[in-house]
Amino acid sequence: MSLLRLEHVSAFYGPSQALFDVSLRLDQGEVVALMGRNGMGKTTTIKVICRMLKHRGGAVMLDGQDMARWPSYRAARAGLGLVPEGRRCFPNLTVRENLIAPARPGPWTLRRVFEFFPRLGERAGQMAVSLSGGEQQMLAIGRALMTNPRILILDEATEGLAPVIRKEIWAAIAELKRDTGLAILVVDKSLRELSRVADRGVILERGRSVWGGGFDRLDADKRDRYLGV
Amino acid sequence: MRRETLINTILTLGLLAVPLVAWAMDETYAITLATEVVILALAGVGLNLALGLGGLVSLGHAMFFGIGGYAAGILASHAQSYDPIMEWPFLIEGTQSMPVIWLLAIVASALVALATGALSLRTSGVYFIMITLAFGQMFYYFTISWPAYGGEDGLSIYVRDRFPGLNTLDPIQFFGLCFVLLMVCLFIVARLSRSGFGLALNAARQNETRVRAVGIEPYRLRLMAFVISGAITGLAGALYADLNRFVSPVMFSWHTSGEIMVFVILGGVARLFGPVAGAALFIILEEALDGVSDYWHIYLGALLLIVVLFARGGLIGLLAGRNGGGGHD
Repeated sequence: MSLLRLEHVSAFYGPSQALFDVSLRLDQGEVVALMGRNGMGKTTTIKVICRMLKHRGGAVMLDGQDMARWPSYRAARAGLGLVPEGRRCFPNLTVRENLIAPARPGPWTLRRVFEFFPRLGERAGQMAVSLSGGEQQMLAIGRALMTNPRILILDEATEGLAPVIRKEIWAAIAELKRDTGLAILVVDKSLRELSRVADRGVILERGRSVWGGGFDRLDADKRDRYLGV
Repeated sequence: MRRETLINTILTLGLLAVPLVAWAMDETYAITLATEVVILALAGVGLNLALGLGGLVSLGHAMFFGIGGYAAGILASHAQSYDPIMEWPFLIEGTQSMPVIWLLAIVASALVALATGALSLRTSGVYFIMITLAFGQMFYYFTISWPAYGGEDGLSIYVRDRFPGLNTLDPIQFFGLCFVLLMVCLFIVARLSRSGFGLALNAARQNETRVRAVGIEPYRLRLMAFVISGAITGLAGALYADLNRFVSPVMFSWHTSGEIMVFVILGGVARLFGPVAGAALFIILEEALDGVSDYWHIYLGALLLIVVLFARGGLIGLLAGRNGGGGHD
């Protein structure tokens, strides 16, 4: 049984349909890349998974449990750790406070997060709003880890960051995969980095999952047609 | 030492020094004024937990202030008349023991906060303000039409309630008691605001959606904060009843709710000692301007406007710097 499974999911923003037929699965210890051009439904899919948006059709299952009626906090408590697009740290809390506020018991503690991202440890008493973009991204990942998730969901985690910081974030994701066995669902535009870190990929096109599989099977035609690269 | 900590220390020492000097000079009135500052500050500390940390703009906190006051008034009046509160199914008599009265005031205020908060917190923004105002006014009109306890005329406490080992009729001893309670509550609120609960509450004020996404349910957090906030304000109400030896429906009125909010805003929303500074400033202004004009509230209104427009961290924020409190912006 998959840890997370979406089957033929459809979802709407008011009267406007954003997802038509999205299916994907994520197994324990696996890294899956969710890909597609802008506006194809990647973030909407993540919102549905995290219950920030209710789906209307299909099924969203975590560990075989139907999440249809779950509020977002229940999904998070059940083990979904979201690193949202645009970081969204709590600006008026310090780094330490941002990490303590959502903390739940488990292997990820404040100390371990500071070991994982030493730069956060150095800035522990600093207000989140005063951090650089890269540091805020580390904080967003650290905050998600402090909830001790079973699945880490990264939505555009490297967007708008300097190349050197991007490299650090990708190294951190690779380290998480290697050392923790955490299931990771990652959305990003860098196909090169995704193919290095992810075990499989799923492509969304106009609210539909149109392709899924290993990166060795992602031919030039599909890259061009669905990803524009 | 952080600048805000220094200011808080100076405020505490000042609050302690004024009545001690007055005591040495046998100026009882000044001690009573200082006691009033302490009690009103305590009411503000309660509101500040909900308003400053939780972002809950409650215009019904007079409800808890009044419940605390009436808990003290009702228990004391029955103790004085030797008339039990109820005889069936079990006997409940009045008491003049402050610890028992405080406990009852805290429990009653907390229970009412739980019930009213459970309903009010399902709304937000202006609806939350209006529903808390409505609850407060319900209690106000109920006490007006409650002849058993004085109705509109209120209820007198002929002799101040007692505390073991102290002579509460001595103004300086009563001040000391209130001061200790204020410090205990400030300590509790300071610890709470730095705990996971307080940080999550603060985070929920900043971004509710994000807080839900990390597994925190804001409703429960806010309800807990509202209950603790109500309990602290209720305790202040019980002390206020003993200070004046009188309770009346005015304690429940929206005017009282507004005044408590003014203490918090004047001193600094989300600043630990904001309500202390606000209550002190309010009483000083009242004393200084009351002699100048009957309409001294006009000057208070102007000051409030200045604070809201130019010093959003209140008096503490003005002195300590904008982000010193780490809370409300």
